[in-house]
Amino acid sequence: MTDTTKSQPSTGLHAWLMSPTPQSITQARCQRSYVSWLVFRRNPIGMTGLFIILALLFMAAFAPLLTATNGLEPELANRLKPFSSEHWFGTDQLGRDIYDRIVWGSRITLYIVGLVSIIVVPVGLVIGTVAGYLGGWVDNALMRFTDIFLAFPRLILALALVAALGPGIENAVLAIALTTWSPYARIARAEVLTIRKSEFILAAQAQGASTFRILRRHVLPMCLSSVIVRLTLDMAGIILTAAGLGFLGLGAQPPTPEWGAMISTGRQLLLDQWWVPTVPGIAIFVVSLGFCLLGDGLRDALDPKNSGT
Amino acid sequence: MQMIEVQNLNVTFGRGRNELRAVRDVSFHIAKGESFGLVGESGSGKSTVLRAISRLTRDWTGTIKVNGAELSYRRDKATARRMQMVFQDPYGSLHPRHTINDILMEPLEIHRMDRREERVLKALDEVGLEVGLRFRYPYQISGGQRQRIAIARALILEPEIMLLDEPTSALDVSVQAEILNLLKRLQRDRGLTYLMVSHNLAVVAHMCGRVAVMNRGRFAEELTTDQLRSATPSEDYTRQLLSASGRYDRDTAKSFVSFE
Amino acid sequence: MTALLSVKDLQVTFDTHRGPVHAVRGVSFDLGRERLGIVGESGSGKSQTGRALLRLSAGNGRITADRMEFDGIDLMKASERDMRKIRGARISMIMQDPRYSLNPVVKVGDQITEAFLIHSKATKREARERAMEMLATVQIREPEKVYEMYPHQVSGGMGQRVMIAMMLIPNPDIIIADEPTSALDVTVQMQVLALLDDMVRDRGMGLILISHDLNLVASFCDRVLVMYAGQVMEVIEAGNLHDAQHPYTKGLLSCVPELQHPQDMLPVLKRDANWLTPLGDAND
Repeated sequence: MTDTTKSQPSTGLHAWLMSPTPQSITQARCQRSYVSWLVFRRNPIGMTGLFIILALLFMAAFAPLLTATNGLEPELANRLKPFSSEHWFGTDQLGRDIYDRIVWGSRITLYIVGLVSIIVVPVGLVIGTVAGYLGGWVDNALMRFTDIFLAFPRLILALALVAALGPGIENAVLAIALTTWSPYARIARAEVLTIRKSEFILAAQAQGASTFRILRRHVLPMCLSSVIVRLTLDMAGIILTAAGLGFLGLGAQPPTPEWGAMISTGRQLLLDQWWVPTVPGIAIFVVSLGFCLLGDGLRDALDPKNSGT
Repeated sequence: MQMIEVQNLNVTFGRGRNELRAVRDVSFHIAKGESFGLVGESGSGKSTVLRAISRLTRDWTGTIKVNGAELSYRRDKATARRMQMVFQDPYGSLHPRHTINDILMEPLEIHRMDRREERVLKALDEVGLEVGLRFRYPYQISGGQRQRIAIARALILEPEIMLLDEPTSALDVSVQAEILNLLKRLQRDRGLTYLMVSHNLAVVAHMCGRVAVMNRGRFAEELTTDQLRSATPSEDYTRQLLSASGRYDRDTAKSFVSFE
Repeated sequence: MTALLSVKDLQVTFDTHRGPVHAVRGVSFDLGRERLGIVGESGSGKSQTGRALLRLSAGNGRITADRMEFDGIDLMKASERDMRKIRGARISMIMQDPRYSLNPVVKVGDQITEAFLIHSKATKREARERAMEMLATVQIREPEKVYEMYPHQVSGGMGQRVMIAMMLIPNPDIIIADEPTSALDVTVQMQVLALLDDMVRDRGMGLILISHDLNLVASFCDRVLVMYAGQVMEVIEAGNLHDAQHPYTKGLLSCVPELQHPQDMLPVLKRDANWLTPLGDAND
């Protein structure tokens, strides 16, 4: 097949990223990421999701610059004011600016989501890959262990844990993590089962690679993309569960501006001062949607058929 | 002393009613520097013999000796250095997320060899690939180039024996010619012993001096390539295989029977 | 011999994000009630030519041709509905691996029955009987037993016979066989080709056999088109392989190891960059 190549601008960075003869491992890995990025960029859904999440990150990072107050101090004279140029999202029942609380609350949202991810992904990956690769009784034992956690309804287990350990963000995170990791083990195991008999695994075995090495260097990289996509899609659920715990008073404690807790404390005001519980609700919705869209876009971009791998 | 000696090799998969006897009572030997071919159709067990010898499967019984030493079920590093394998699918045998450099470095890291950079560059040169390919991914190079990498990877440990599992079946004929020439040259330069598996009689006859024809797990016949060429096989199965490998002829095709 | 199928300057281009890819660049030929072979290596455009004839190219493919006529019907201008009436009924296609071209969750016999029902107004019962007949015609012993099997239960050779049965039951005029025997053992290959041989001869069909195996195709077909990089390099009469003129064809022939002509090193095909230049309308 003949190719007519489009004429490429040979500017420095672009040329480096598109060069057919990468000179180092770093260059090769950057090129690969760049190609994935180009594929991702073509998907408007994914890009919307990315934009939302970037806005979230921006908000969290620059919270002090974006807000007038830290949203924690009550100002009873200002109670329950509607939208105005001074208070963009109005004020809540203690006179605190809702916009400021939303912005500071984004940090909490990210904190929760980040902590859960750091726990859930490694645990799920390790258990799933070991179970899938070794098979036999190890597989059985690990999968039954996974099933136990899969069987628990998330919120109920969270409630039980928080009742035992006491309310607070960290305990809420632990509770969510314990109920979220199981599907990742299953996903990782499913990926491993598909590739376990592949020739590149056989080749590594034939070279004398140890099981640990094969798991770390050959098996794990193949599972990563599925797990990451699943994680992004799961974020919405994690945020909602955290919000649910917050709503029940089991997560972040007042006066922390956690969005779920904000809905909870404002729920009596839904009819008259509707903005008090609704705005945090919209914030949760938008961020969850953002993660879903991002996850969708990532899945298409990481799908080997699309990126030409 | 023979380089490879196999006695009474049996490979059975599954148990009870689902039992499949893939290899039945196979015995052969290969001298140092020799090229031995295993030819057969699908299901003949030829690839399974390779899997047993390389211990990629544990479901075998019998004796396998390499250079006089008997092999166990466990894959050990010492044997990995003596005996390496090239697989059929040039895409499947290279890890899709590893660069060529990663792929060639891997055996060197596993066996803690020295002068790694030098060895990688030398390996690329020996299989006729340019250094610029070093940091590419498998999907960025052609099928023939991938197979060269697979060969380079096998050779980088400096083995004495190469097990070749249909190394050119997935390649175009023009690329196949290059790879076969490469394999022949490497054998001569390094005094390698080849055990080659293929379904293609012409390829095996080109590469090997002696050939065993397999059918349903057994050796139907063992003969030299000259005997094969001069059409003096004694077994009907071999004769049928020979006539099927030639040009299409309707009457010949109609005369084929199934050998169970 | 009047041409059943007439193709002139067929072009197939795929729009990819890396730019347009010209898979087929100006292929022309006429097909009568004969066997035409199209031979090439991977990337030569042979499969894409076959697909383009039935307008089955992938979504981002653009097909253009000066002429693509079948039995008086302009295939380029035909609507999708008209094409569906032609596909399977008048021009059929057999593909390489029955494991992938047969529906894995439908019984093999039912797939043949369905192929018949799509293009005829018979009852299910009649269709089933015809399917059984076809299974016997393609030399499957115990057709009743095989009818009830699923694709994963049948061997490669049997699966391909089933495919042939499926594709021949509506009695088409032309069969396009895209590497029909490449996934099969050599003895089975020969047997399946013999079957195709009989069927094509008995029914007076035209056959386009697409393959990478030049020797095999030359011994089976009447004429062979040798393709490279989307173009036809040479047209050979089957009996005259040794008279091949084009260096690509000669190179392709000489680089294959032959049992009866042992060589030390195989001659390597040297690709000439000139072969990539468009040939214009030098082929017919």
